[in-house]
Amino acid sequence: MKHITSYAHIKHRRLTANGSLIFDGSSSGSLPEFLTDAYRAQGMSYPKYHKMDTLCKLGMLCMEAAVKESGMLTEYPLDKIAIVLANAASSMDTDRVHQASISDKAAYFPSPAVFVYTLPNIVIGEIAIKYKITGENAFFVSECFDAGLLLNYLEALFHGETQAAVCGWVEADGDAAEAFIFLVEKSNKSSNFKPLNQEAITELYNQ
Amino acid sequence: MVFTSYSNIISPLGFTSQENYQAIRAGKTGVQNMVLPFSKEPFCVASIGEAEFEKQISKVRGASAHTRLEALSILSIGDVLAQSGIDPADRRTLLIYSTTKGNIDILEGRYPSIPSERAYLPAFAKHLQDYFKFAHTPVVVSNACISGLLAVIIAKRFIEQGTYDNVIVCGGDILSEFTISGFKSFNAMSAEPSRPFDANRTGINLGEAVATLLVTNKKELSAPYHTEIVSGASANDANHISGPSRTGEGLLQALQNTLKDQSTEDVGFISAHGTATPFNDEMESIAFERAGLSGIPLNSLKGYYGHTLGAAGVLETALSLEAMKHQELVRSEGYAAKGVSGNIRVIESHQPKSYSAFIKTASGFGGCNAAALFRRTINHIDR
Repeated sequence: MKHITSYAHIKHRRLTANGSLIFDGSSSGSLPEFLTDAYRAQGMSYPKYHKMDTLCKLGMLCMEAAVKESGMLTEYPLDKIAIVLANAASSMDTDRVHQASISDKAAYFPSPAVFVYTLPNIVIGEIAIKYKITGENAFFVSECFDAGLLLNYLEALFHGETQAAVCGWVEADGDAAEAFIFLVEKSNKSSNFKPLNQEAITELYNQ
Repeated sequence: MVFTSYSNIISPLGFTSQENYQAIRAGKTGVQNMVLPFSKEPFCVASIGEAEFEKQISKVRGASAHTRLEALSILSIGDVLAQSGIDPADRRTLLIYSTTKGNIDILEGRYPSIPSERAYLPAFAKHLQDYFKFAHTPVVVSNACISGLLAVIIAKRFIEQGTYDNVIVCGGDILSEFTISGFKSFNAMSAEPSRPFDANRTGINLGEAVATLLVTNKKELSAPYHTEIVSGASANDANHISGPSRTGEGLLQALQNTLKDQSTEDVGFISAHGTATPFNDEMESIAFERAGLSGIPLNSLKGYYGHTLGAAGVLETALSLEAMKHQELVRSEGYAAKGVSGNIRVIESHQPKSYSAFIKTASGFGGCNAAALFRRTINHIDR
């Protein structure tokens, strides 16, 4: 029986994990400030974070919050943990930055440090690097959060080598910034956790 | 069992899989130095010629309502639907679209009369759904350069799960100033036709293509290639976002999971990723050697098509299916002298060969890797 064993949200500039508030940046500041303050609030020390684009920062913050309250990374082989993420805007937030750097021929400065983030799955890569997770990868792009698609694909993965998964929705598009990460485990001794099904995923997403 | 069925390839070398295969057999390549609409500087790329594009596109209903990628995708998906007789409105049929950048040329302001929201991938996919009246919202996979092969693997998984009977996998990306300027900023672009695995390789050529492959559980639809998708896997290097693992960890893991419990005795060749960047090809050679695949001949098709990004995995699978159908090995274009440290055997000339399986691999930014094994379901050889 597969269970959702931990989850975290970033919504309206509030970072929560398993329903508890970790950092509230909702009443003040810009999105970049929130991304820095929430990083500090979690006591993270990962200098690479500061080079990342908004999409990756949202994913990293949410992953850190979800995984902190979970034993997943020590209980499962890291090559059996999958990362499956989705969003609606792909890498549009950074696409616009790269496009702006090449639109004006008089100020033509495309940068590899920007261009590399013009792929949505880079957030999967960043999570994989930080937590040394090497299992299955997939990034889906859908108009809105699609619990059915994620559930179907998780079920298919668990049918194979996968024993645990990092799954969720990470969206960055201008001022719109949102993330939801949930961890799924193939076998867990505790019965306190939610069984993996579409209703559970949807309910947690809407929290 | 999950089978490959009808396919289509739209590229500088033709508008069907058969045309593409014949062009390659005749020694043609789609890569050339040319000046693109957005630049005065010539680039070495594989671009679909405007005259041929206009001619083909006139077949598409309401041609001016579509972007370049939409029009090419409509032609490619339409060809596979026509060949297979599959009804897109059937609830057991799904479209999976694989792309890295979709309608990225909308950001360049290329289509004043097309709503700019179609730069978003879900709106792009919805446009294709509406055109063909697919029963389901298409699933979009955007996972860098493994997108196409991953989409084929995902199709197999959804069918095995019982969610669908038929999955049309379409992969596409166009040439754009966006991607060319980006790869150029990485100093990854070669000024001449690329030379995968060669000692004198200097980087990639970008290419544009759309390719479609029907994946099905219906044996009667397996006739084009009589081939099963045996297994497939993806894996992450967990090493670097824009450079591959020096030791090929992710690709090795993807290969090991794909080949678990499988014999490789009947594998005729490996269709490698082979972008012709120094690091990528070196990494692949090491992974293949570590996976114990040094004895299997190998090619990269990037010398014919350039790197077609989200299309590559679908295109190269379809072309490899054509090669296996003809019981031939395809020369790895651009290769002359071995320039990687891993022990590999690059295919130096087109040649007949009797075999019944091939391995396809892909690797990409974000440290992602994928592999899949394809095997014939009959012994009959229709040379």
